[in-house]
Amino acid sequence: MIKVDVRRKTYGKEEILRDVRFEMEIGETIAILGTSGIGKSTLLRLIAGIDPVFRGEITRPEKIAMVFQEPVLLPWRSVLQNLTLVHPELGTGAALSALERVGIVDKAHHFPGQLSLGQQRRLALARAFAGRPELLVMDEPYVSLDPTTAEEMVALTEALIAETGPAVILVTHSDVEAHRLARRCLRLEGKPATITGDFAPRSALVTSEGAL
Amino acid sequence: MSLGLLLLLWIAAAELTADASVLPQPWALWVPFEKAAASGALPYHLGMTLSRVVCAFVPAMAIGVALGFVMGRVPVVDQWLDPWLVVFLNLPALVLIVLCYLWIGLNETAAITAVVLNKIPNVASILREGARALDPNLGAMAQVYRMAPLARLRHVIMPQLAPFVAGAARSGIAVIWKIVLVVEFLGRSSGVGFQIHFYFQLFDVAMVLVYALSFIGVMLVVEALILQPAERRVRRWRTA
Repeated sequence: MIKVDVRRKTYGKEEILRDVRFEMEIGETIAILGTSGIGKSTLLRLIAGIDPVFRGEITRPEKIAMVFQEPVLLPWRSVLQNLTLVHPELGTGAALSALERVGIVDKAHHFPGQLSLGQQRRLALARAFAGRPELLVMDEPYVSLDPTTAEEMVALTEALIAETGPAVILVTHSDVEAHRLARRCLRLEGKPATITGDFAPRSALVTSEGAL
Repeated sequence: MSLGLLLLLWIAAAELTADASVLPQPWALWVPFEKAAASGALPYHLGMTLSRVVCAFVPAMAIGVALGFVMGRVPVVDQWLDPWLVVFLNLPALVLIVLCYLWIGLNETAAITAVVLNKIPNVASILREGARALDPNLGAMAQVYRMAPLARLRHVIMPQLAPFVAGAARSGIAVIWKIVLVVEFLGRSSGVGFQIHFYFQLFDVAMVLVYALSFIGVMLVVEALILQPAERRVRRWRTA
């Protein structure tokens, strides 16, 4: 069970978030929608525990993973070490099969800089799921990817979520992504931002896909 | 090429002065060099100076890196220590050396302490920039995935600081050996600095040059065999 209760989050004098409350179960996927700059990333950092400065309370499980907007890899360590250093409990064998699962096992001994952006993001996904997290936080993980690669990544994420079964909080501004991955959407709006909508993604949105 | 030009300039200058006691020709140094090397005096004093350089380099780097890192990460510490840093950065090396000899005594501890104190502020100010430039995303990643503190230091933080450490080390070793020479000149009875002091009193330009050039040679070898390969190793991922 994950409980988020952020009463107030400020940066200096500016109030970013107020009364953001929701609960979710392990195995549930929530998409957080909202225009850019509204405070979605701020909320995620609070939930992931990166930023501890706020008024309120967040109950989260022990094992958390996060996928950032950028791949955020260790460029000075090999692809394989990027898994084994972050998850020391993972043996080389398990790390290799995690790379196998995302399709970059042949790059195990390369440096991340030698990979394409798509491959780097696959590595970031492998790293997120390798620890079998109970909560996975994803901050616009598919931005700056071309449509084909983004589609592949969404499909891969979908499969990995099904295999691992964590609670997933996904920040996105794409209704299509939200619809593909989440059964529940929260809309963040206003200044300071708060939750103005808690709804199931409408399948009607799929028809707007052609317009994208 | 540019070194050859320097050599030509030297030969021309020696030709113009035409007085071996003021500026001998480069080849005129060979005989005194051989003599000093064969007598064991040259290797002994080179060794003493080199060991002082190492003894000063290691603590200066260790303390400077730690201090600079903390100053770069913790603003309160930075606020408190920054004026100290400015004072020590602007304190002439000579003043520190003389004070150390006066307060600690004319011994090895004072000599090494003086060199270390001279170098720490420099290393610290370079590393402070490095610590300020750390990637916050990588820090967040390490925090979310709960990397152990030691693993974080070794695999996340140190690789980011490596270029700054390398820069501090290379400029550091050059500055340190020059300060060591002054320290030896003023108050030690061994080392290249002491020998230069000795031959300075005899007005023996050839021997002063022999000692100075020999030590420059030693430092070039250290640079080529230790510092440069180390730097190449840490930079390997960039060029791969």
